[in-house]
Amino acid sequence: MYEELTTVLSSKTQTVEISRGCPTVIIGERINPTGRKKVLAALEAGNFDIVREDAASQIAAGAAILDVNAGVPGADEEALLPDVMRAVMEVTDAPLCIDTADPDALAAALSLYEGKALVNSVNSEERALKAILPLVKEHGAAVIGLCMDDDGIPETPAERLAVAAKIIERAGQAGIPQEDVIIDPLALTMGADSSAGRVALETTALVVQEFGVNVTMGASNISFGLPDRKYINAAFIAMAIHAGMTCPITNPLVTEVKTAILAADLAMGRDDYGMNWIQAYRQRAAS
Amino acid sequence: MSDVLSEISAAVIKGNKDSIADLTQDALETGQEAQTILNKGLMPGMDYVGVEFRAGNMYVPEVLRSARAMQTSMDVLKPLLVAGGVQMMGKVLLGTVKGDMHDIGKNLVGMMCEGAGFEVHDLGKDISPEAFVTAVKDFEPDIVGMSALLTTTMRSMQHTIDALQEAGVRNRVKVMIGGAPVTDTFAQQIGADGYASNAASAVDLARQFVDGA
Repeated sequence: MYEELTTVLSSKTQTVEISRGCPTVIIGERINPTGRKKVLAALEAGNFDIVREDAASQIAAGAAILDVNAGVPGADEEALLPDVMRAVMEVTDAPLCIDTADPDALAAALSLYEGKALVNSVNSEERALKAILPLVKEHGAAVIGLCMDDDGIPETPAERLAVAAKIIERAGQAGIPQEDVIIDPLALTMGADSSAGRVALETTALVVQEFGVNVTMGASNISFGLPDRKYINAAFIAMAIHAGMTCPITNPLVTEVKTAILAADLAMGRDDYGMNWIQAYRQRAAS
Repeated sequence: MSDVLSEISAAVIKGNKDSIADLTQDALETGQEAQTILNKGLMPGMDYVGVEFRAGNMYVPEVLRSARAMQTSMDVLKPLLVAGGVQMMGKVLLGTVKGDMHDIGKNLVGMMCEGAGFEVHDLGKDISPEAFVTAVKDFEPDIVGMSALLTTTMRSMQHTIDALQEAGVRNRVKVMIGGAPVTDTFAQQIGADGYASNAASAVDLARQFVDGA
């Protein structure tokens, strides 16, 4: 029998708990120039207005944590990432999810951050484990572990579970407690492989049964290349919550996705008297 | 146009893998040349798919099905085309750059280039600059296509172009790049010859490269 674990993240003034006993925690995905050419152009120009707007609007729409990615090609990420974080922190005290593949940028970001951040991410490649885990430990952060290794992304849930196990083990050896590792089973695109959704859901269930850790997903990838993506994302996110996902990285401004999360929480018995659902309805009706 | 050729085009458009093998055999038995089946059956079908995909009227899974149907027919035709010494449009070498595992767009480019009559050699994903250089020497492509979906891996495109330069083979090939974070400006910055925002545009670009050569 596994023990259900709780991940606690914090900023200077706020604390967010992630567990299967609580309502789903939304990590807002929008502060990211990848595939958003407007954001890319603004960051290249050193204009952070769009970052502040994205931060405020996602919080207003129900994000509890904000993912911050400053991956602008050719830019000095070590300088840019802290700048983007400062812009976000001007408008919100929500805990941040620091999204970078560059260990130097991560170190700079973690040094600036006050509280317990979430690091996005480490995978099971030797190079990544060695570069990222010591930084996570040093700054007392939590970390997202992606189910991929030197050979790429395994096809089966059992193989992905093995990758998750290795990350959790190596994190433990680095002094990071198990509850501070959040696993991402990797939701790939169903438009290219119709088993992608099922594999992510089954991996989620296996990881939960084996380790009791929290589970996240970049839950918007799943519908790439298909029409009417929001409906697919909404159905999938509800199914993933049932499978054990606790903190999706998604866009709370998409009503279909946001309502699917709230309805899933209600169905999972995590919304007493439906208060969150009713409150969200009133907010939508008033706007 | 012969009925069987238009049926082959229709089978490509519908992604009907099961019927296309029979149709290809029928066409050959009624005396159509492999080259004719490619040029007047498969290519018009894939052209249509490319146009509709770019216009947003067809979706990734449909394009993949169409490409699979085309592949089924090509499996029959290829030995005949090779035996007949048929001239292809040109050779395209493809790969997703080092550190990047995203290959849907790159695969679509490969399939559509094949549908347009190019010989395609796909290295796969997470391909190092050195592996690109080796493949350029071995395969001798006219065009190298690189894909990256992450802002963090885009730089590998620059490294690959630099590696081609250092190996003295940069001038032998045209380099085209694509992927969600890639822009025209970025292509110019890193010294690529062109940028395509989607698979159909990549085929147009490849055609321009070989026409201009």
